[in-house]
Amino acid sequence: MTEPSSKLQSLLDSGQFVVTCEIGPPKNASGTGITQHAAQLKAYAAAMNLTDNQTAIVRLSSIAAGVHVLAGGGEPIIQMTCRDRNRIALQSDLLGAYSLGLRNLLCLSGDHQAFGNHPAAKNVFDLDSIQLIKTVKDMRDSKVFHCGEKIKQDEPQFYIGAVANPFADPFEYRVHRLEKKIRAGAQFIQTQCIFDMQRFETFMDLARKRGLPERTHILAGVMPIKSAKVAKYMQKNVSGMLVPQAVIERLEQAEDQAQEGVKICIEQIRHLKTIPGIHGVHIMAVAWEEIVPSIVTGAGLMPRL
Amino acid sequence: MIVAAAKPWEEIMASLHGMHKVLVVGCGGCVAVCLAGGEKEAGIMASTLRMQRKLQGEPVETEEITLTRQCDPEYVRELGKKLEGVDGILSLACGVGVQVIAEHYPNIWVAPALNTKFAGATLEHGSWEERCGLCGDCVLGQTGGICPIIRCAKSLLNGPCGGSQDGKCEVKPNECAWNLIYERMGRLGRLNQLLEVAEAKDWSQGRDGGPRRVVREDVKLDD
Repeated sequence: MTEPSSKLQSLLDSGQFVVTCEIGPPKNASGTGITQHAAQLKAYAAAMNLTDNQTAIVRLSSIAAGVHVLAGGGEPIIQMTCRDRNRIALQSDLLGAYSLGLRNLLCLSGDHQAFGNHPAAKNVFDLDSIQLIKTVKDMRDSKVFHCGEKIKQDEPQFYIGAVANPFADPFEYRVHRLEKKIRAGAQFIQTQCIFDMQRFETFMDLARKRGLPERTHILAGVMPIKSAKVAKYMQKNVSGMLVPQAVIERLEQAEDQAQEGVKICIEQIRHLKTIPGIHGVHIMAVAWEEIVPSIVTGAGLMPRL
Repeated sequence: MIVAAAKPWEEIMASLHGMHKVLVVGCGGCVAVCLAGGEKEAGIMASTLRMQRKLQGEPVETEEITLTRQCDPEYVRELGKKLEGVDGILSLACGVGVQVIAEHYPNIWVAPALNTKFAGATLEHGSWEERCGLCGDCVLGQTGGICPIIRCAKSLLNGPCGGSQDGKCEVKPNECAWNLIYERMGRLGRLNQLLEVAEAKDWSQGRDGGPRRVVREDVKLDD
């Protein structure tokens, strides 16, 4: 068995403030763009998430995308949702992903298919995200498949991540749910994009009261917004995302809205760094991956190790 | 109850194409309660069928009967006396009733007039909503009497996903089932129960293994 070699885990365990980012796989069969993004971003981000058919739109698979990131010299974090695979397929893909050299896994429920380009699809949700986390942990630590059967050799030893959304409801339960994910085995957490900083700080207060930052590594999610139009769209149409009116107004009044979006993002990162219990940031520059270096540099996080 | 709703008229007409005499069979069970397949609806269905076919220049003769329940052979046997000269049966029952007719009358065509929707409850007159996923292994005892299997769009067992906002599911216009569960468990002082990690469900009790069966030896009748 090869030793577990998650660079992300080493960095987080060493107590460094970590940057992760996100690469959206394409709606085609080419890995070239992913490899190029990985090569471009590896100096700026410790690891890169590969989304798993995000918003239920068919894209190149997250596992394959992870291999393309490795080819570009980057460290992949494979996202795995429960929407499209039952427990047999999930475990099979975990074995396959590990065999391909992928070491970091982010477990999610998955966006409902009603939002994607195949709304007539049948969803699976055989396991939910918390049950998936536990399954991955049991495969690693107890060397058993979900059914209890022993994995005789070469068990996958993933570094396990999960997501938290402090902006969804019911608000107080969000901290309970985070705790459940930690109990199930989540070693790092990436949050939904933060725009409402006050609510996020309240969430972190509650999380600290329950001692959660000592039991996991929390990476705060940020997103540079390209325009007021995009901000308005998210405010109106994306459930579980809170975009305050002040952010929209600030973008509207800006001469260069994209530049202002980057500026806001940088300010947020600088502020998030001061919040106790935050171990890093996760930059979600959806379809704008090339902006990540400017954000990381602007936030004073360079040079990275 | 089983809630059903009428199929599009064109589909019903196509399923009875070329037939000269049709037996329209209502059901006095669930579909009568949800105003989709009872005696009144069977009557309307039969007269509409006659009128439409007359307009098309292909008149059809209809007979009507409404059984106490179409899911019970005891009542379905009553159809025997009505079948003389009948080319086909139009059943206004749920999918169960249609199949019981097919099983008992192997030599006659039967078509459904309804789409069987779900096991649900009346919200108000004229409005019904699904309440049970018929999963075969009830979890209501763990979730305060609110079913996440069928009322959560993702059938989650460990709390609301990140798309729950203001009590609403991200799949509009549904209420978030887990928000309802959270509020109810809170009122009942049982929020701690929701901190436990719920195990994966045993779906072998669900629909995955072909038709499920319940047999009660204690209530069987000796022949």
